[in-house]
Amino acid sequence: MLSTGITSAAYIAAAVLFILSLGGLSNQESAKRAVWYGIVGMALAMFATVFGPGVGNYIVIALMVCIGAYLGMVVARRVEMTEMPQLVAALHSFVGLAAVFIGLNADFELANVRQLLASGGDLDTLTGFGKKLADKDAVEIAILKIEVFLGVFIGAVTFTGSVVAFGKLAGKLSGTPFKLPGGHALNAIALLASIVLMVLYAGGAGVWTMIAVMVIAGFIGWHLIMGIGGADMPVVVSMLNSYSGWAAAAIGFTLGNDLLIVVGALVGSSGAILSYIMCKAMNRNFVSVILGGFGGTKGPQMAVEGEQIAIEADGVASALNEADSVVIIPGYGMAVAQAQQSVSELVRKLRAQGKQVRFAIHPVAGRLPGHMNVLLAEARVPYDIVMEMDEINDDFPNTDVAIVIGSNDIVNPAAQEDPNSPIAGMPVLECWKAKQVFVSKRGQGTGYSGIENPLFFKENTRMFYGDAKASLDKLLPMID
Amino acid sequence: MRFDVRPEVAEQVESMGAEFVFLDFSDEQADGAATGGYAPVSSPEFAAAQLAKFREIAPDMDIVITTALIPNRDAPELWTADMVASMKPGSVIIDLAAEKGGNCKLTVMDERVVTDNGVIIIGYTDFPSRMAAQASTLYSNNIRHMVADLTPNKDGVIVHDMEDDVIRGATVTHQGEITFPPPPPKIQAIAAKPKETAPVLTREEVKANEAAAYRKTTRQQYGLLAVGGALMLLLGAYAPESFMQHFIVFALACFIGFQVIWGVAHALHTPLMAITNAISGIVVVGALLQIGSGNILVWLLAGLSVLIATINIVGGFMVTRRMLAMFQKS
Repeated sequence: MLSTGITSAAYIAAAVLFILSLGGLSNQESAKRAVWYGIVGMALAMFATVFGPGVGNYIVIALMVCIGAYLGMVVARRVEMTEMPQLVAALHSFVGLAAVFIGLNADFELANVRQLLASGGDLDTLTGFGKKLADKDAVEIAILKIEVFLGVFIGAVTFTGSVVAFGKLAGKLSGTPFKLPGGHALNAIALLASIVLMVLYAGGAGVWTMIAVMVIAGFIGWHLIMGIGGADMPVVVSMLNSYSGWAAAAIGFTLGNDLLIVVGALVGSSGAILSYIMCKAMNRNFVSVILGGFGGTKGPQMAVEGEQIAIEADGVASALNEADSVVIIPGYGMAVAQAQQSVSELVRKLRAQGKQVRFAIHPVAGRLPGHMNVLLAEARVPYDIVMEMDEINDDFPNTDVAIVIGSNDIVNPAAQEDPNSPIAGMPVLECWKAKQVFVSKRGQGTGYSGIENPLFFKENTRMFYGDAKASLDKLLPMID
Repeated sequence: MRFDVRPEVAEQVESMGAEFVFLDFSDEQADGAATGGYAPVSSPEFAAAQLAKFREIAPDMDIVITTALIPNRDAPELWTADMVASMKPGSVIIDLAAEKGGNCKLTVMDERVVTDNGVIIIGYTDFPSRMAAQASTLYSNNIRHMVADLTPNKDGVIVHDMEDDVIRGATVTHQGEITFPPPPPKIQAIAAKPKETAPVLTREEVKANEAAAYRKTTRQQYGLLAVGGALMLLLGAYAPESFMQHFIVFALACFIGFQVIWGVAHALHTPLMAITNAISGIVVVGALLQIGSGNILVWLLAGLSVLIATINIVGGFMVTRRMLAMFQKS
């Protein structure tokens, strides 16, 4: 059995390892080492806890850990990279659910301890957490109750919110926003009710307040995420990532466990920063994304002049054969068409001819921050030719051919040219400055936001209609 | 007679004493001038209307010269086999598009062929060499006009007008600047859109702006610090010491988190989410601390929490490892 001191030492080591593992993600090579820091940190923390003071029921622990590890392994092996957003959402919901359970437990345990204290029973029968509770005074108990309450509340919002996000990302729920009559007023009322319940609970009302708030918070999570469109899911998933962290931190306060607090804070701030980056990349503020809908327009949108000119594979091929520098701008449409392999093959062929080929990735391309990078990496595109928006935007005027595959709003010049456009001010990839632009697209029509894209009407733009994968496969043999 | 996809050519054709074949087709798409004088891919309706017109006039034609080319594509078929068949014996088709397969499909590149009904189809691609004198005349004529264009006052002084499509198109460098490649020629007179240029700021104005921005951020930071400090004081005045101790840890961890996460490469945001998923499975520690309880309900819920948190930990770390292994340098 490890002493409290040794356990604390292990926790400190684990916290340091977790920080190192997140810090290691600053580049692709150190990241491969960083994941091991995380694994070792987690192993240390679990080992120290299991063999630390006040833990029993080893058989149950062993059984649960084995089943959990097996399930986790199966999921991690089977999941397709295109399904990463769903997986991340599902894992968030687990953290939320665990937080709810642990919060409820804390409440039950508190009731136990009080009963024991009141009846003057033997406090030595209590295990770790129970003992801690028994030592707390009235103010500490009140604080503890608020912590438990917050843990359960955030946990429940995270749980139902993540389940809905999972459903939307996996296509099991429709991506269109859905709101009950009353809309956000309903959420506000639910939030008020929760605060009233919190006051009641802290004042000594029974466990029913806890159950009630669980249900109400669950409703808020469900209703909030149901009201958000499928394409705003990157923000939602990052936000839920953040919530799962705060839930863990709240649990850490409840249990008086610093390791949980540190990890919760790390995860919480990580999610918050990701949400901030996503919102910034859409030039929308966080509240407007969560409340749904685009910002209001100030006037009529600029009319688009010109026509969309179609081109066939042979035209694209000859332009590519002549080009020296090519930039490819992938979007979620590439993932939908499963065209990554074809794109990768095209890049390989073009690079074999000594051409400069690069990818331009907008922060909100895909359904998860950094999703495109993972999909391209899976298709064996080397990561050093995959550029961020800020790195490549200035290079477009020197680019011979820009190919837009399955993206729309992130290459919309209206964001810069039309102050009345709903996306005015959003940073976009300035691909229209390239000498020639080919847009691979299913057909005419606007993106998810319903905004007309003047890029398609530009003089140097040619529309390469058709399914992205089929179009590319037709194009490939013509590249020599 | 003369036909072209660009309607404005009609005027030019008629000025040379030829007759322009008008097509009864009103569709803006048919305007080939928008693409710099080369035809875009015509719509099927337009192509059909065009062929029908040609078929109607084919029997009367003695000489047909075709020169339709579309950039990056095979030459479009404009003179079909049945039109050739309807022509009089001894008629001549000169297919200048022979190099790209010809506007007439019976054309053989670099050869002169005679069809069964005596129509001669010429598919030579070396016309400039076959008629060197004429080619030279045409070329020198071109150059003469170019020079005339460059010296509008006829006094030998070159006026380099960069607004002139011809001069602009022929300019590679001008006044020490490389101007190649030229913009695509605008054949249609497109009214230039007035560009709103941002007023150029003077040095003082730029400095003033920077100073104002600096003051603003300073004020913001002071404000945040003051509000944060006040909140902390308020909390410290009422909350017990044990809570404040944990709160210090929490606040510092948030700061570390912000610093560390800003350093994460954007390309690795998905692995970041997966790994934060895995480490937020640390709630397992909370569940482990409760699992020893004698209360069956607590025991059960804690057991379930251990199970799902373990899925998170193992699943999160393994999928992160899988993803990171995919990132390969070229």
